[in-house]
Amino acid sequence: MELQMGLPLFYFLLLGFAILMYVLLDGFDLGIGILYPWFNTDAEHDHLMRSISHVWDGNETWLVFGGVILFGAFPLAYASIASLLYLPIMLMLIGLIFRGVAFEYRFKSHTSKVWWNRAFAIGSSLAAFCQGLMLGVLVQGVDADSVASSSLQWLTPFSLFTGLAVMAGYALLGCTYLTMKSRGDIQQKAARYGQRLLLFVMLAMLLVSLFTLYQQPEIRERWFGGAHSLILMLLPLMAILAARLLYRDLGRVQRQFAAEAHISIRHESRPFWLAASLFLLAFAGLVAGLFPYLLPHQISFYAAAAPDSSLSFMLPGILIFLPLILAYTLWGYHIFRGKVEDYEEGY
Amino acid sequence: MELDAALLSRLQFAFTVSFHIIFPSITIGLATLIAIWEGLWLKTGNPVYLQLAKFWIKPFAITFGMGVVSGIVLSYEFGTNFSEFSRITGAVLGPLMAYEVLTAFFLEAGFLGIMLFGWQRVGPKLHFMATVVVAVGTWISAFWIIAANSWMHTPAGHIIVDGVFQVDSWWQVIFNPSMPYRFTHMLLAAFITGTFVVLATSAWQLRHSEHKNMARKGLSMTLWLALILTPLQAYVGDLHGLNVKEHQPVKLAAMEGIWAEREAGAPLLLFAIPDRAAEKNHFEIGIPKLASLILTHDPDGELMGLKAVPADERPNVAVVFFSFRVMVGIGVLMILVAFTGAFLRWRGSLYQSRWFLTACSYLAPSGIIAVLAGWYVVEVGRQPWLVYGLVRTIDVVSPLPAERVLFSLTLFVLTYSLLFGVYLYFMRKLIRKGPPPLEKLSQQLIGVKASGYAVALAKKIKPEQEQH
Repeated sequence: MELQMGLPLFYFLLLGFAILMYVLLDGFDLGIGILYPWFNTDAEHDHLMRSISHVWDGNETWLVFGGVILFGAFPLAYASIASLLYLPIMLMLIGLIFRGVAFEYRFKSHTSKVWWNRAFAIGSSLAAFCQGLMLGVLVQGVDADSVASSSLQWLTPFSLFTGLAVMAGYALLGCTYLTMKSRGDIQQKAARYGQRLLLFVMLAMLLVSLFTLYQQPEIRERWFGGAHSLILMLLPLMAILAARLLYRDLGRVQRQFAAEAHISIRHESRPFWLAASLFLLAFAGLVAGLFPYLLPHQISFYAAAAPDSSLSFMLPGILIFLPLILAYTLWGYHIFRGKVEDYEEGY
Repeated sequence: MELDAALLSRLQFAFTVSFHIIFPSITIGLATLIAIWEGLWLKTGNPVYLQLAKFWIKPFAITFGMGVVSGIVLSYEFGTNFSEFSRITGAVLGPLMAYEVLTAFFLEAGFLGIMLFGWQRVGPKLHFMATVVVAVGTWISAFWIIAANSWMHTPAGHIIVDGVFQVDSWWQVIFNPSMPYRFTHMLLAAFITGTFVVLATSAWQLRHSEHKNMARKGLSMTLWLALILTPLQAYVGDLHGLNVKEHQPVKLAAMEGIWAEREAGAPLLLFAIPDRAAEKNHFEIGIPKLASLILTHDPDGELMGLKAVPADERPNVAVVFFSFRVMVGIGVLMILVAFTGAFLRWRGSLYQSRWFLTACSYLAPSGIIAVLAGWYVVEVGRQPWLVYGLVRTIDVVSPLPAERVLFSLTLFVLTYSLLFGVYLYFMRKLIRKGPPPLEKLSQQLIGVKASGYAVALAKKIKPEQEQH
């Protein structure tokens, strides 16, 4: 019995890990697409594209991984959620298509460059917005009788708001990535936008939390009444601390530049890790509220789990290959470490 | 007009998967060729090989990008449009795809960055390794997805509990009866597709560009490859056909256009117009007894026909019948080209033969068309089943409002048509631009030879910004 419950739980956590990796990694490169219109010159746009052209493909693979883990480990949830969220998924895919091909075509274009700029910015924004919308649906839940694919319950003011919030969050990640990988004006701009976005993101997290507590008594109970409420309370406190440090670091990057002082690498890269931990904390809060459901109050992970024969078949693959994947992904980032250079590199 | 959501979902899947398969068919072969060239360059030091690798890496990059973005669509479309199918087969197909992502997608994506952008970041051997890993990744990816697809044709190793598939033996699920044939056939098809793209381009370059050395090397290599691969493919295709006869006789009957319940001494039809309503062919032109001879190794051997099963268990015969002929026709053409090339080479006039080079340059899309036609035979031939003999396609489509599917289908048609035009435009542009000149390549070698140190050096010199 222990093991039987253990395997679905393992996959529930693995799914969470895949989603978190996706949100952090593709988050910063979608974020750069969202920020794109706020940078003006061709040189700046080249720089933004260069900073992520070697990693976007790997980052997006986590989305496919999340999808197939859901498919293989929780077929029931994959089937229901995917058809329920039909339109947001389709629009997200179209967005991802346009921004994905823009990487290759933009660098090879002359006259059509302006169109690839648009494809990249709009595609990234659309994909991020749709993901936020889906997040909103998972937080607010849907009526039991409307899991039928024909419902439009994913379209609410709340889900529209979370769509915008995720866009802002990704843009924040993008800003901190640029703070780490760029110099000069681009870095300054990124740090400045980052501070503003941070304020909005914190406000959005507060509103989403309050709305969820107000709308769902079970979650209220879990946060304020349960045995774990003390531990749970650490999450928002740590988030506030991380945000505080992040705001200060981004300010320091700007001031030191203005004073023509040398900015230490630590202060340039720490914002990214702080923003990532902010996402991690928000995600932990989300899972704490949602557990054990994949779709609130309707599909729990153990009800949706595939038979043991499937779960245990995937296990060795995950245990062997996931550490390898993490190792060579890290190695890839290591090879391209340091600031992005503005000359043609590569093929 | 009443819109049919099921039909629209099927059209959308057919359209998106057809669009997708174009790109991996090219990249599997091209990645392998680029790895071979890079290896030869390391071994022999002949810069022409590097030139070939560097020239083809750009078309490879845009093709790969198209494959990635169109592939992500598919991984979600099972759930969005075929939710019931996902629910009942998820425990079988999901883990296979999970393995595909774990063992192939991450691998390709992880090393692609180094392959494309790492020339100045890692040493030449490490770069070569990255290229090889990307190539091998494409094969592994093909292995898993073909395993999943083949299981839908010849399901094995499963049990059905409460209408949901569970796995009894993973070995039997993966190495199901048609899998080894389909995998070999598809991998060869992809190698041939890549080979003919390079062959056609090299033939064109020999006549129209100044990079004759590279073009000659490219044409020579690909003609040798074609000479080996195309007859081999004909042989494997024949084995695959025998496998279909054993496991999916209805599909075979549609491929051969055989209607009678059992037909002895069946002719090999070169042309016919199958008529589903009348249950017969019009305007048949065939070679007597040849189909029986090929498939049963006996001129009077008996073959099962379409009428052996009820009308609602037959596929769309005309689509299967004609697609099969397109595929085989192109295959025969490719074999002819390979042998003519060998003959001209023996005569010593290969690089001067204008008519042959011109003919070759038109063959660039031949592999892709054959691959598409082949997949239509396979997939349309399986209908009305989604899992052969067990799950009907019509029963497992998502209950979506038709307008919503129409909307997404329209979006895909518009997006993909636009992108396909763009893809062709940029392919043409890259091919016309030609390879980087040898002098520039030897300059870049400084970077390749001394990885980390060279990056610092390159930063100092800041080479003149050369735009594409």
